[in-house]
Amino acid sequence: MTEELDAGLIAEQVEEHPEAIDQPDATRHIGRPLKRKEDRRLITGRTRWTDNIQLPGLMHMAIVRSPVAHARINRVDVSAALDRPGVIAAFSAADLGDALGTLPCAWPVTADMVHPDHHPLATDEVRHVGEAVAVVVATDRYAAADATEAVEVDYEPLPAVTDMEEALKDEVLVHADKGTNKTYLWPFDGGDYDAARAQAEAEGGIVFKRRYIQQRLIPAAMEPRSVVVEPLTEGDEYTVYSATQIPHILRLMLALTCGIPEQQIRVIAPDVGGGFGSKLNVYAEEVIALVVARKLGRPVKWTESRSEGFQATIHGRDQIQDIEVAATRDGRILGLSVDLKADMGAYLQLVTPGIPVLGAFMFNAIYKMDAYRFRCTGVFTTKTPTDAYRGAGRPEATYAIERIMSDLAYELGIDPIELRRRNWIKHEEFPYTTIAGLTYDSGNYEAATARALELFGYDELRREQQERRDRNDPVQLGIGISTFTEMCGLAPSRVLGSLSYGAGGWEAASIRMLPSGKVEVVTGTTPHGQGHLTAWSQIAADALGVPFEDVNVIFGDTQSSPVGMDTYGSRSLVVGGVAVHLAARKVVDKARKVAAHLLEAAEGDVEFSGGTFSVKGSPDAKTTIQEVSLATFAAHNLPDGMEPTINADAVLDPENFSFPHGTHLCAVEVDTETGRPTIRTYVAVDDIGNVINPLIVEGQVHGGLAQGIAQALYEEAVYDADANLVTGTMVDYLVPSAADLPEFTTDRTETPSTTNPLGVKGVGEAGTIASTPAVVGAVVDAVHHLGVQEIRMPTTPERVWRAINNSGSDGGSRAAEGTIAYGGPQTSTTAGGAE
Amino acid sequence: MIPPEFDYLRPHSVDAAVTELGRAGEDAKVLAGGQSLLPLLRLRLAYPTVLVDLGGVGELRGVRRDGDELVIGSMTTHHEVMHDPLVAEHCPLLAQATSTVADPAVRHRGTFGGALSHADPAGDLPAVAAALEATFVIEGPNGRRSVPAAEFFSDYLETAVQPGEVLVEVRVPVLGPGWGSAYEKFNRVAQAWAVVGVAALVRTEGGSIAEARIGLTNMGPTPVRASACEQALAGVSTQNGGIGQATDLAADGTEPPSDLSAQADYRQHLARVLSRRAVQKAVAAT
Amino acid sequence: MARIEVTVDGVSYHDEVEPRLLLVHYLRERLGKVGTPIGCDTSNCGACTVHVDGVSVKSCTMLAVQADGTQITTIEGLAQNGQLHPVQQAFHDNHALQCGFCTPGMIMASVDLLQHNPSPSDEEIRHGLEGNLCRCTGYQNIVRAVRQAAEKSAEVTA
Repeated sequence: MTEELDAGLIAEQVEEHPEAIDQPDATRHIGRPLKRKEDRRLITGRTRWTDNIQLPGLMHMAIVRSPVAHARINRVDVSAALDRPGVIAAFSAADLGDALGTLPCAWPVTADMVHPDHHPLATDEVRHVGEAVAVVVATDRYAAADATEAVEVDYEPLPAVTDMEEALKDEVLVHADKGTNKTYLWPFDGGDYDAARAQAEAEGGIVFKRRYIQQRLIPAAMEPRSVVVEPLTEGDEYTVYSATQIPHILRLMLALTCGIPEQQIRVIAPDVGGGFGSKLNVYAEEVIALVVARKLGRPVKWTESRSEGFQATIHGRDQIQDIEVAATRDGRILGLSVDLKADMGAYLQLVTPGIPVLGAFMFNAIYKMDAYRFRCTGVFTTKTPTDAYRGAGRPEATYAIERIMSDLAYELGIDPIELRRRNWIKHEEFPYTTIAGLTYDSGNYEAATARALELFGYDELRREQQERRDRNDPVQLGIGISTFTEMCGLAPSRVLGSLSYGAGGWEAASIRMLPSGKVEVVTGTTPHGQGHLTAWSQIAADALGVPFEDVNVIFGDTQSSPVGMDTYGSRSLVVGGVAVHLAARKVVDKARKVAAHLLEAAEGDVEFSGGTFSVKGSPDAKTTIQEVSLATFAAHNLPDGMEPTINADAVLDPENFSFPHGTHLCAVEVDTETGRPTIRTYVAVDDIGNVINPLIVEGQVHGGLAQGIAQALYEEAVYDADANLVTGTMVDYLVPSAADLPEFTTDRTETPSTTNPLGVKGVGEAGTIASTPAVVGAVVDAVHHLGVQEIRMPTTPERVWRAINNSGSDGGSRAAEGTIAYGGPQTSTTAGGAE
Repeated sequence: MIPPEFDYLRPHSVDAAVTELGRAGEDAKVLAGGQSLLPLLRLRLAYPTVLVDLGGVGELRGVRRDGDELVIGSMTTHHEVMHDPLVAEHCPLLAQATSTVADPAVRHRGTFGGALSHADPAGDLPAVAAALEATFVIEGPNGRRSVPAAEFFSDYLETAVQPGEVLVEVRVPVLGPGWGSAYEKFNRVAQAWAVVGVAALVRTEGGSIAEARIGLTNMGPTPVRASACEQALAGVSTQNGGIGQATDLAADGTEPPSDLSAQADYRQHLARVLSRRAVQKAVAAT
Repeated sequence: MARIEVTVDGVSYHDEVEPRLLLVHYLRERLGKVGTPIGCDTSNCGACTVHVDGVSVKSCTMLAVQADGTQITTIEGLAQNGQLHPVQQAFHDNHALQCGFCTPGMIMASVDLLQHNPSPSDEEIRHGLEGNLCRCTGYQNIVRAVRQAAEKSAEVTA
């Protein structure tokens, strides 16, 4: 197996773990594992989290939240709260009137999408546990917390609905005024799937179906959400500090929602402690804080507690996936049909309806086929709204296709790697336009797979697996595979427009050469752990030929970084980092004009290398870019008509998405007595094109793997039949620790992107997208010979045990009777109890 | 997130603590390490009017040998129990089980007596105390009394300690030679509570198990002794597969809960498997 | 109200506090020691870990009144005279942090781990840090950092 794939490969192998370095050699910073500039503050506690902010006269806000999933609000009485010590004010929706507006959804995926009003404070009805109903404002945090208990709300309970298939019957309506729980139906067709299916049937091929469940997840970034709004002393102007991934978008949305002129709002994302998509939003509390600060004329702070955030911050995933593949007997895919039901939750937050659509183009993945059908039905339920969570639609897609490829391999009796090889796009076929209409610019699935198989010891592990099966070992071994690609570097604006997404996908960079020769890079990205200060310094240092430590990067504040589209969707490097590079090139071009003038040479004779301009053929005629910068500042001797600046901006609208890919292999041991699955080996070989900082890349892969593995093994947001969030704290919602995760073996191949000058592809979400099917596939593989075909995620020991012992079951729900891990009827073969 | 208001007292002796508790009434609570109580208060699941902090009562802390008993002060922290040489020598089961409780930081503050008094059925120490047949020494307004482990845990989160009383110390019989022990804890992630736990103590003689004690964690509202299994283990050879037959009875008579962590039938299955493994390890340790 | 006297990062403070005031809030809001963050409300995440009388403690699960008479070290007091603690240095050297929110607690827990076990195996490191959650790094570089800090300290004392 490995020998076949080795032959004739061109990929460049890279060293496994990059040892971090402090300083590069003189001129080349890109590609070096430079230690981060961000670290010094963070490791000494000199941090600037939003919750750290103290201001004179600061008030503290606490939110009164619904304890029931669905109810009419008959009365909200804040009078008792007003009498409590330290309370300054208390408001219900009625008290604040129209000032609160409605929260925006920026992605109406279809023209007839049902788009209910989403009020920051519930008006006449609550529709999920944790929905905000009233706000208390006090002099300190403790007084505010106490006072929330004094607010009286008269709820008249209404039926709840948690299961999507139940909800689609429209018997229990989440939004009575809309008359349906079906949010939208989003279709896509490439080729003719019905014809492909007919062909498979006619030619003795196979039509193979599976249902997979994407459980609901809680993003749980380590920093709880927080917002501080500071009214400026004069006029109707505000500074909004928010733990947000999107200060630019938030500024616009707050202006539109609250009716405050955009130029009078400044948004600052100070240090932000992780987001993973959960801070890519416009939240009720941000709007409420702004309205309260405006009304009372004093600064106000709100910070969620963790258990509060579990109800009030968006959830991830939550899909029922019905997948069908039509193929020939020798495993060639003729067509793929995907039918999704996607749980919106009770309301549409900023991009809620679009998340499954982002995955729509990825189910066909790395495989060639002539027919692809995609249908997604969005569904309202009485649960917390869903929205972007690391991967945002693409992990869901990769899971379905990689699982069904492995399941199809079992069915056809073909090795799962071989089945993939028969269908994937070959290296020499790039650029390749897929049936979903995307053009993958470059890739090398053969090389990544060969490397992964080698690092993994695939053949030996298959031998060991067979030996364990032969002797009926109580510990069985399974191997899972994920040959993924993803679409990131969001995004070409025209494509977003064609999908009805409300914003564009460009990114901005502005470079200022200071008179002393130092450099300020202003970026529109908003990092929250991804190391842009370091990486953009590397890019700028290389392009400008200046020292790495001479570069500062400014971000996160709409006043000093006024133009941007922020950070999510693995876009920052591909769009924002490349914009930095393009801006730097413009700076060099302008500086070259000045240099030529100063050196009295023709511009065409001036060369630039390592920060120095020199004249061809005149070894003594040179000047540095720092000297040019100072000369420009003085402006004593510049070319006629030239503006006295070499500063430059670039706004890049990418011409395409980028398509990193990789091959992940996972070996899992299953203790068949208890059902416990344990990862023994995890190998990830990723191709993310050229690399700016391998240290940062490796870290992103590790972090992504941890979250994808957590979905496979540990995490699930569980609601009971009354739509109470049963996994309401970190005691029950299991975010893994270091003791619960294995050591990863990571490596890379490098196939540069052809659609940007840096050849980069982005890596932020890749680990998460790839890993979940590799792990679950391995767990299933370990016990497949015992008759197990499917195990529901997370593959808890109990589910694995049940699957082993009830042949044909998927392990079922992990919750007790009266609670549901995933809505009502699960698969057709299980109800979760002993049978 | 924010605890409700309460008054706070910090006595310096057991007598003073009992007096203060008596004066404060039924809604007073003892504060030991706070690792169980403070999370409850932060989630506002309890509203005590007064906390009586035993942190200043030095006499409650420490481990000593008293004849054929190991005496562990109720305010001895988990970390201290884990690292105490007397515990290591005379009661390794306790050290081993305590090392599985929560995480290092929690173990620096959490106390032996606090965990036992809290009596969470998923807590590891009650089943260990039951298997060890420990004695609980309680001081109240009427003086001291001793309660055996079998009577100490009365119900879910309830023990023999009445309002106004303080758990002073726990006395553990020193087991002589021939005894081996093991604690098997099954949880979903490392810092999680036990789904099921098994504390096994066995004494071997010749090539057989002479007596066995099996305490089960999270198989009911209080710790359970797997008595059918214990009886079946007596006389079983340590060599052949007989242990497994006996531990197949480990779940007999239990009515474990079905909850988010596991359903009852799976818990019973785990109790059997873990009992077998614990007994095998305990035998190996003799 | 109760009177307390604590020494935090080498400085003594006398204060009057509500009994229910959590130590972490006392540190952050009364003393301005915002370097110690709060990440959860059930004592699971460990971001708030500080040292009290030399051992690691989750400061969200301790009352300020319980800290009366103690010596507390926060992340802000770990570096001495501008010199990073070896664990802090190792975190930087090994890219063991990304967003940095879990980092103070992770570092304080790691220091405590190495104090009790100067030469831990990787498994012991992972279990020693099981009470500290990180969502960014996947822990691998954290384990590497702690291992390296242990090795460097062994070199120094050898």
